[in-house]
Amino acid sequence: MGSLAALFRRELSLAWGRGGGALLALSFYAGIATLLTFGMGAAPEPMKAVATGTSWVALALAALLSLERLFERDYEDGALDLLSLGGPALESVCFVKCFAQWLSTAAPLALAAPVAAVAMRADPSLVIPTFAAALVGGLGFSFTGGIGAALSLGSKRGGVLIAVIVLPLFAPPVIFGAGGLAALSEGLPWESAFAFLGAYCMAAVALGPFAMAAAVRNALS
Amino acid sequence: MIQLLANPQRFMDFSRWFTPIVAVIAAGLLISGTAIAFTVPEDYQQGDTVRLLFLHPQLATTGMFAYGCLAVSAFFGFVFRHSLADAAARAAAPIGAAFTFLFLVTGSLWGKPMWGTWWEWDGRLTSALVLFLIFLAYMALQASIDDEAKAARASNILAMVGAINLPIIKFSVDWWNTLHQRASISLTGESGLADVYLLPFFLTMAGYVALFGALWLVRIRAEVWRRKAGALQVQLAGKA
Repeated sequence: MGSLAALFRRELSLAWGRGGGALLALSFYAGIATLLTFGMGAAPEPMKAVATGTSWVALALAALLSLERLFERDYEDGALDLLSLGGPALESVCFVKCFAQWLSTAAPLALAAPVAAVAMRADPSLVIPTFAAALVGGLGFSFTGGIGAALSLGSKRGGVLIAVIVLPLFAPPVIFGAGGLAALSEGLPWESAFAFLGAYCMAAVALGPFAMAAAVRNALS
Repeated sequence: MIQLLANPQRFMDFSRWFTPIVAVIAAGLLISGTAIAFTVPEDYQQGDTVRLLFLHPQLATTGMFAYGCLAVSAFFGFVFRHSLADAAARAAAPIGAAFTFLFLVTGSLWGKPMWGTWWEWDGRLTSALVLFLIFLAYMALQASIDDEAKAARASNILAMVGAINLPIIKFSVDWWNTLHQRASISLTGESGLADVYLLPFFLTMAGYVALFGALWLVRIRAEVWRRKAGALQVQLAGKA
């Protein structure tokens, strides 16, 4: 347990150090949300209708951005070899890495999501649901995204390949997250959407590390 | 059966005469089914475009069947580390992608006269689109890792992850589609199919699945040969 805690601290300090991590992801998020708004046009009514959905899509894209460094850095400098030889199972190592990634980038992004949504004229009553859904959805993005990051280790294509692998897998969390918020704002029943979102993300947390560990072992072999 | 065919040499001997048989069966089914399809009466609402009924759903079924074959092969390749299963998975992907792509194209062509739009975000089309994207992701991953054994193993993992995800994606897309309770647009439901349409429908259905089988076998054989050629090249380089 001690070694996993040490790994967790290492991941967090690496994510926060050298101007990376949350700040970078937040700047990217702000940029992409602004561009999406420019793309939509300034008419208030259409913008209001898609505000929460757009803030969610930007979230998925921002989550993608940090995936490339999740395993690649440790793969290049050999730290991943050491981690695979150490005491804790590779599955728990992958879990800790994804969890730290969620805490260092997805959680700050979840704080930014309601701000972006309200700036796009979403109803202020949606602030807390948007934050909660983004926080839970971020878990799904980190743990399904980690599979793509682990699979593309050792390929020459890097980031684009991760995006091609991972974006189809992001469909359910985006549908349930953005759909639940849309239903909530229209006064339709919304509970089932958030239940499905939670179920998908929990399943990703439970099963993702096994796929990641298998992929990492393959890349290291 | 699988045990028996796991030996590449035995598979090559077997598929050598089995592949043409499957191809002939596919040709027979497709020719007869398509011929009957042009003799059935027009639909009172859809007119002549009803004949897409003997192409479009079949392509979807075959595309999904192809993914099923890919995922099962990937599972055997991953668990038993069997090179023939890797070859089978790799061979299935482009064919499945092609069938799914043609499903999307015919859906779009059918959508224009029926729905008045080239594209409708209807549940089936949308989940087929995601299936197509997963095929593309599989092929991109396969192609971008130099070491063939590693590429096969990584893409086997992706194929299995995709197989777990596809039913969830299908469900989520259906859920998303009903969220706003739009006027439900659906093609002539298969259940409400008139009797005259049933025979060509199932003939072409079996025909396209058999066509996939024949193409798959041809591609697996080509894959085995390609590996053999690679191994011979290495041997030759060693001698020189």
